[in-house]
Amino acid sequence: MTGVVRWAFAGLLAVLAFGLASVVLQIPGTGSALRSQVMAQLPQSGVDHAVTAVLLNFRGYDTFLELVVLLLALFGAWGLSDSIDEAPLDTDIDVLTELVAFLVPVLIVVAAYLLWVGAYSPGGAFQGGAVLAGAGVLLSLCDPGWRSRRVERIGEVLLVPGVLVFLLVGLASMLLGGQFLEYPRDMAGSLILLVEGFAMLSIAVTLHTLFAGTPRFGGGA
Amino acid sequence: MTPAQLYALVGIGLFFVGLYALGVRQHLLPRILALNIMGSGVFVVLVALARRSDGVDPVPHAMVITGIVVAVSATALALRLMLRVAHATGSATLTDTGDE
Repeated sequence: MTGVVRWAFAGLLAVLAFGLASVVLQIPGTGSALRSQVMAQLPQSGVDHAVTAVLLNFRGYDTFLELVVLLLALFGAWGLSDSIDEAPLDTDIDVLTELVAFLVPVLIVVAAYLLWVGAYSPGGAFQGGAVLAGAGVLLSLCDPGWRSRRVERIGEVLLVPGVLVFLLVGLASMLLGGQFLEYPRDMAGSLILLVEGFAMLSIAVTLHTLFAGTPRFGGGA
Repeated sequence: MTPAQLYALVGIGLFFVGLYALGVRQHLLPRILALNIMGSGVFVVLVALARRSDGVDPVPHAMVITGIVVAVSATALALRLMLRVAHATGSATLTDTGDE
Protein backbone atom coordinates (compact mmCIF):
# COMPACT_ATOMS: atom_id res chain seq x y z
CA MET A 1 0.00 0.00 0.00
CA THR A 2 1.44 3.37 -0.98
CA GLY A 3 1.52 6.36 1.31
CA VAL A 4 -1.39 8.15 -0.34
CA VAL A 5 -3.62 5.08 -0.19
CA ARG A 6 -2.74 4.60 3.47
CA TRP A 7 -3.73 8.14 4.30
CA ALA A 8 -6.96 7.78 2.35
CA PHE A 9 -7.69 4.53 4.21
CA ALA A 10 -6.94 6.16 7.57
CA GLY A 11 -9.17 9.09 6.65
CA LEU A 12 -12.03 6.80 5.67
CA LEU A 13 -11.70 4.91 8.95
CA ALA A 14 -11.62 8.18 10.90
CA VAL A 15 -14.90 9.22 9.28
CA LEU A 16 -16.45 5.85 10.08
CA ALA A 17 -15.15 6.00 13.67
CA PHE A 18 -16.60 9.48 14.09
CA GLY A 19 -19.98 8.34 12.78
CA LEU A 20 -20.03 5.29 15.02
CA ALA A 21 -18.97 7.35 18.05
CA SER A 22 -21.76 9.85 17.50
CA VAL A 23 -24.28 7.00 17.25
CA VAL A 24 -22.98 5.35 20.43
CA LEU A 25 -23.13 8.64 22.33
CA GLN A 26 -26.82 8.93 21.45
CA ILE A 27 -27.65 5.59 23.09
CA PRO A 28 -29.45 6.57 26.29
CA GLY A 29 -27.84 5.28 29.47
CA THR A 30 -31.22 5.18 31.11
CA GLY A 31 -33.74 2.39 31.10
CA SER A 32 -32.85 -1.07 32.21
CA ALA A 33 -32.58 -2.93 28.88
CA LEU A 34 -32.82 -6.64 29.72
CA ARG A 35 -31.71 -6.11 33.30
CA SER A 36 -35.19 -5.87 34.79
CA GLN A 37 -36.27 -9.12 33.11
CA VAL A 38 -33.13 -10.91 34.33
CA MET A 39 -33.57 -9.60 37.87
CA ALA A 40 -37.25 -10.56 37.92
CA GLN A 41 -36.46 -14.17 36.97
CA LEU A 42 -33.24 -14.47 38.99
CA PRO A 43 -34.80 -16.20 42.04
CA GLN A 44 -35.97 -19.04 39.77
CA SER A 45 -32.63 -19.53 38.05
CA GLY A 46 -30.94 -21.60 40.76
CA VAL A 47 -28.04 -19.15 41.21
CA ASP A 48 -27.76 -15.71 42.78
CA HIS A 49 -25.41 -14.08 40.27
CA ALA A 50 -27.07 -12.50 37.26
CA VAL A 51 -24.27 -13.17 34.75
CA THR A 52 -24.07 -16.85 35.71
CA ALA A 53 -27.86 -17.09 35.50
CA VAL A 54 -27.80 -15.63 31.97
CA LEU A 55 -24.92 -17.87 30.88
CA LEU A 56 -26.05 -21.19 32.30
CA ASN A 57 -29.80 -20.85 32.51
CA PHE A 58 -31.56 -18.10 30.52
CA ARG A 59 -29.17 -18.31 27.58
CA GLY A 60 -27.83 -21.79 28.27
CA TYR A 61 -28.31 -22.69 24.63
CA ASP A 62 -25.75 -20.06 23.57
CA THR A 63 -23.25 -21.34 26.10
CA PHE A 64 -23.81 -24.91 24.96
CA LEU A 65 -23.13 -23.99 21.34
CA GLU A 66 -20.11 -21.98 22.42
CA LEU A 67 -18.56 -25.10 23.91
CA VAL A 68 -19.18 -26.74 20.53
CA VAL A 69 -17.37 -23.84 18.84
CA LEU A 70 -14.39 -24.44 21.14
CA LEU A 71 -14.27 -28.07 20.07
CA LEU A 72 -14.57 -27.13 16.40
CA ALA A 73 -11.64 -24.71 16.69
CA LEU A 74 -9.64 -27.49 18.30
CA PHE A 75 -10.48 -29.97 15.53
CA GLY A 76 -9.45 -27.35 12.97
CA ALA A 77 -6.14 -26.80 14.75
CA TRP A 78 -5.56 -30.55 14.94
CA GLY A 79 -6.15 -30.89 11.24
CA LEU A 80 -3.37 -28.38 10.63
CA SER A 81 -0.94 -29.50 13.26
CA ASP A 82 1.12 -31.95 11.22
CA SER A 83 4.33 -31.01 9.49
CA ILE A 84 4.84 -27.92 11.62
CA ASP A 85 8.27 -27.74 13.15
CA GLU A 86 8.10 -26.25 16.59
CA ALA A 87 11.20 -24.73 18.07
CA PRO A 88 12.31 -26.53 21.23
CA LEU A 89 11.63 -24.54 24.38
CA ASP A 90 14.37 -23.52 26.74
CA THR A 91 13.00 -25.20 29.84
CA ASP A 92 16.10 -25.13 32.00
CA ILE A 93 15.25 -21.91 33.84
CA ASP A 94 15.38 -22.11 37.63
CA VAL A 95 13.08 -19.16 38.26
CA LEU A 96 10.44 -20.61 35.94
CA THR A 97 10.46 -24.10 37.41
CA GLU A 98 10.46 -22.85 41.01
CA LEU A 99 7.66 -20.40 40.30
CA VAL A 100 5.57 -22.99 38.48
CA ALA A 101 6.00 -25.55 41.24
CA PHE A 102 4.60 -22.94 43.61
CA LEU A 103 1.90 -21.51 41.34
CA VAL A 104 0.24 -24.57 39.84
CA PRO A 105 -1.31 -25.90 43.08
CA VAL A 106 -2.49 -22.39 43.90
CA LEU A 107 -4.04 -22.02 40.43
CA ILE A 108 -5.91 -25.31 40.80
CA VAL A 109 -7.42 -24.11 44.08
CA VAL A 110 -8.25 -20.73 42.53
CA ALA A 111 -10.01 -22.45 39.62
CA ALA A 112 -12.13 -24.55 41.96
CA TYR A 113 -12.94 -21.47 44.01
CA LEU A 114 -13.96 -19.49 40.90
CA LEU A 115 -16.24 -22.33 39.83
CA TRP A 116 -17.96 -22.48 43.21
CA VAL A 117 -18.22 -18.76 43.77
CA GLY A 118 -19.84 -18.27 40.33
CA ALA A 119 -23.20 -19.05 41.90
CA TYR A 120 -23.32 -15.76 43.77
CA SER A 121 -20.55 -13.45 42.53
CA PRO A 122 -18.34 -13.04 39.44
CA GLY A 123 -16.79 -16.35 38.49
CA GLY A 124 -17.82 -19.57 36.84
CA ALA A 125 -16.78 -22.21 34.35
CA PHE A 126 -15.05 -19.91 31.86
CA GLN A 127 -12.98 -18.07 34.43
CA GLY A 128 -12.06 -21.27 36.25
CA GLY A 129 -11.30 -23.06 33.00
CA ALA A 130 -9.06 -20.22 31.82
CA VAL A 131 -7.12 -20.29 35.11
CA LEU A 132 -6.75 -24.06 34.91
CA ALA A 133 -5.59 -23.83 31.29
CA GLY A 134 -3.08 -21.18 32.38
CA ALA A 135 -1.69 -23.62 34.94
CA GLY A 136 -1.36 -26.21 32.19
CA VAL A 137 0.42 -23.74 29.91
CA LEU A 138 2.87 -22.88 32.71
CA LEU A 139 3.59 -26.59 33.15
CA SER A 140 4.11 -26.95 29.40
CA LEU A 141 6.62 -24.10 29.44
CA CYS A 142 8.67 -26.03 32.00
CA ASP A 143 8.13 -29.50 30.64
CA PRO A 144 6.49 -29.73 27.18
CA GLY A 145 5.80 -33.45 27.52
CA TRP A 146 4.09 -33.44 30.92
CA ARG A 147 0.61 -34.11 29.65
CA SER A 148 1.38 -37.10 27.47
CA ARG A 149 3.39 -38.58 30.36
CA ARG A 150 1.21 -37.70 33.32
CA VAL A 151 -2.37 -37.93 32.19
CA GLU A 152 -2.02 -39.75 28.86
CA ARG A 153 -5.44 -40.39 27.35
CA ILE A 154 -7.43 -38.84 30.20
CA GLY A 155 -6.55 -35.37 28.99
CA GLU A 156 -8.03 -36.07 25.57
CA VAL A 157 -11.11 -37.79 26.99
CA LEU A 158 -11.77 -34.70 29.11
CA LEU A 159 -12.32 -32.61 25.96
CA VAL A 160 -15.79 -34.07 25.50
CA PRO A 161 -17.78 -34.06 28.80
CA GLY A 162 -18.33 -30.29 28.76
CA VAL A 163 -20.54 -30.58 25.69
CA LEU A 164 -21.81 -34.05 26.53
CA VAL A 165 -23.03 -33.32 30.07
CA PHE A 166 -24.62 -30.07 28.88
CA LEU A 167 -26.43 -31.99 26.14
CA LEU A 168 -27.55 -34.77 28.50
CA VAL A 169 -28.83 -32.27 31.07
CA GLY A 170 -30.69 -30.48 28.28
CA LEU A 171 -32.27 -33.71 27.03
CA ALA A 172 -33.08 -34.84 30.59
CA SER A 173 -34.94 -31.59 31.22
CA MET A 174 -36.98 -32.33 28.07
CA LEU A 175 -37.84 -35.78 29.45
CA LEU A 176 -39.00 -34.13 32.67
CA GLY A 177 -41.51 -32.11 30.69
CA GLY A 178 -39.67 -28.87 29.99
CA GLN A 179 -38.01 -27.40 26.91
CA PHE A 180 -34.41 -28.18 25.96
CA LEU A 181 -32.23 -26.90 28.86
CA GLU A 182 -35.29 -25.78 30.85
CA TYR A 183 -34.07 -27.12 34.18
CA PRO A 184 -36.58 -28.23 36.83
CA ARG A 185 -36.78 -25.30 39.25
CA ASP A 186 -35.75 -27.06 42.43
CA MET A 187 -32.77 -28.79 40.79
CA ALA A 188 -31.52 -25.83 38.78
CA GLY A 189 -28.72 -24.88 41.18
CA SER A 190 -27.13 -28.32 41.33
CA LEU A 191 -27.60 -28.93 37.60
CA ILE A 192 -25.85 -25.64 36.83
CA LEU A 193 -22.94 -26.60 39.09
CA LEU A 194 -22.75 -30.02 37.41
CA VAL A 195 -22.76 -28.52 33.91
CA GLU A 196 -20.25 -25.86 34.93
CA GLY A 197 -17.91 -28.34 36.58
CA PHE A 198 -17.56 -30.47 33.47
CA ALA A 199 -17.55 -27.38 31.24
CA MET A 200 -14.64 -25.99 33.27
CA LEU A 201 -12.59 -29.16 32.83
CA SER A 202 -13.33 -29.32 29.10
CA ILE A 203 -12.61 -25.62 28.57
CA ALA A 204 -9.31 -25.96 30.42
CA VAL A 205 -8.23 -29.03 28.45
CA THR A 206 -9.37 -27.53 25.13
CA LEU A 207 -7.49 -24.27 25.69
CA HIS A 208 -4.39 -26.10 26.83
CA THR A 209 -4.54 -28.44 23.84
CA LEU A 210 -4.84 -25.45 21.51
CA PHE A 211 -1.65 -24.14 23.08
CA ALA A 212 0.29 -27.38 23.30
CA GLY A 213 -1.04 -29.32 20.32
CA THR A 214 -1.31 -33.08 20.38
CA PRO A 215 1.33 -35.22 18.71
CA ARG A 216 -0.95 -38.23 19.12
CA PHE A 217 -3.56 -37.05 16.67
CA GLY A 218 -1.46 -34.59 14.73
CA GLY A 219 0.57 -37.21 12.94
CA GLY A 220 3.68 -35.05 12.97
CA ALA A 221 6.06 -33.98 15.74
CA MET B 1 -20.04 12.61 29.06
CA THR B 2 -20.34 9.73 31.50
CA PRO B 3 -17.42 7.37 32.22
CA ALA B 4 -19.36 4.59 30.49
CA GLN B 5 -19.55 6.69 27.32
CA LEU B 6 -15.83 7.41 27.54
CA TYR B 7 -15.11 3.67 27.74
CA ALA B 8 -17.40 3.08 24.76
CA LEU B 9 -15.44 5.67 22.76
CA VAL B 10 -12.17 4.01 23.76
CA GLY B 11 -13.61 0.71 22.55
CA ILE B 12 -14.53 2.26 19.18
CA GLY B 13 -11.01 3.69 18.98
CA LEU B 14 -9.49 0.26 19.60
CA PHE B 15 -11.73 -1.26 16.94
CA PHE B 16 -10.61 1.20 14.28
CA VAL B 17 -6.93 1.04 15.26
CA GLY B 18 -7.21 -2.71 14.73
CA LEU B 19 -9.07 -2.26 11.44
CA TYR B 20 -6.37 0.11 10.17
CA ALA B 21 -3.62 -2.39 11.01
CA LEU B 22 -5.64 -5.16 9.40
CA GLY B 23 -5.76 -3.19 6.15
CA VAL B 24 -2.19 -1.92 6.17
CA ARG B 25 -0.04 -4.79 7.42
CA GLN B 26 0.94 -7.63 5.12
CA HIS B 27 2.34 -10.15 7.60
CA LEU B 28 -0.31 -12.44 9.04
CA LEU B 29 0.80 -12.22 12.67
CA PRO B 30 0.04 -8.48 13.03
CA ARG B 31 -3.18 -9.10 11.15
CA ILE B 32 -4.27 -11.74 13.68
CA LEU B 33 -3.28 -9.36 16.48
CA ALA B 34 -5.28 -6.63 14.75
CA LEU B 35 -8.37 -8.83 14.71
CA ASN B 36 -7.88 -9.45 18.42
CA ILE B 37 -7.62 -5.74 19.12
CA MET B 38 -10.81 -5.14 17.11
CA GLY B 39 -12.53 -7.83 19.15
CA SER B 40 -11.31 -6.30 22.41
CA GLY B 41 -12.73 -2.97 21.25
CA VAL B 42 -16.12 -4.60 20.71
CA PHE B 43 -15.94 -6.17 24.18
CA VAL B 44 -15.14 -2.80 25.76
CA VAL B 45 -18.10 -1.19 23.95
CA LEU B 46 -20.44 -3.97 25.10
CA VAL B 47 -19.31 -3.82 28.72
CA ALA B 48 -19.46 -0.02 28.74
CA LEU B 49 -22.97 0.10 27.28
CA ALA B 50 -24.15 -2.53 29.78
CA ARG B 51 -24.05 0.18 32.44
CA ARG B 52 -27.55 1.57 32.85
CA SER B 53 -28.96 4.18 35.15
CA ASP B 54 -30.34 1.58 37.55
CA GLY B 55 -27.47 -0.92 37.53
CA VAL B 56 -25.58 -3.18 35.18
CA ASP B 57 -27.27 -5.23 32.47
CA PRO B 58 -25.87 -8.78 32.86
CA VAL B 59 -26.68 -9.93 29.32
CA PRO B 60 -23.83 -8.10 27.53
CA HIS B 61 -21.45 -9.24 30.27
CA ALA B 62 -22.42 -12.87 29.61
CA MET B 63 -21.91 -12.28 25.88
CA VAL B 64 -18.42 -10.89 26.50
CA ILE B 65 -17.42 -13.84 28.69
CA THR B 66 -18.36 -16.32 25.98
CA GLY B 67 -16.84 -14.02 23.36
CA ILE B 68 -13.45 -13.95 25.07
CA VAL B 69 -13.19 -17.74 25.09
CA VAL B 70 -14.28 -17.97 21.45
CA ALA B 71 -11.77 -15.25 20.52
CA VAL B 72 -8.95 -17.15 22.21
CA SER B 73 -9.77 -20.40 20.43
CA ALA B 74 -10.26 -18.64 17.08
CA THR B 75 -6.87 -16.97 17.56
CA ALA B 76 -5.24 -20.32 18.22
CA LEU B 77 -6.79 -21.71 15.04
CA ALA B 78 -5.67 -18.63 13.09
CA LEU B 79 -2.11 -19.02 14.37
CA ARG B 80 -2.10 -22.65 13.26
CA LEU B 81 -3.33 -21.57 9.83
CA MET B 82 -0.60 -18.94 9.70
CA LEU B 83 2.07 -21.54 10.54
CA ARG B 84 0.66 -23.75 7.80
CA VAL B 85 0.79 -20.90 5.27
CA ALA B 86 4.35 -20.12 6.33
CA HIS B 87 5.28 -23.78 6.01
CA ALA B 88 3.69 -24.13 2.57
CA THR B 89 4.80 -20.88 0.94
CA GLY B 90 7.88 -19.87 2.90
CA SER B 91 6.39 -16.58 4.12
CA ALA B 92 3.56 -15.76 6.48
CA THR B 93 1.85 -13.33 4.13
CA LEU B 94 -1.06 -13.64 1.76
CA THR B 95 -0.21 -12.38 -1.71
CA ASP B 96 -2.36 -12.36 -4.81
CA THR B 97 -1.49 -15.03 -7.33
CA GLY B 98 0.84 -13.65 -9.96
CA ASP B 99 1.95 -10.94 -7.58
CA GLU B 100 5.43 -12.32 -7.16
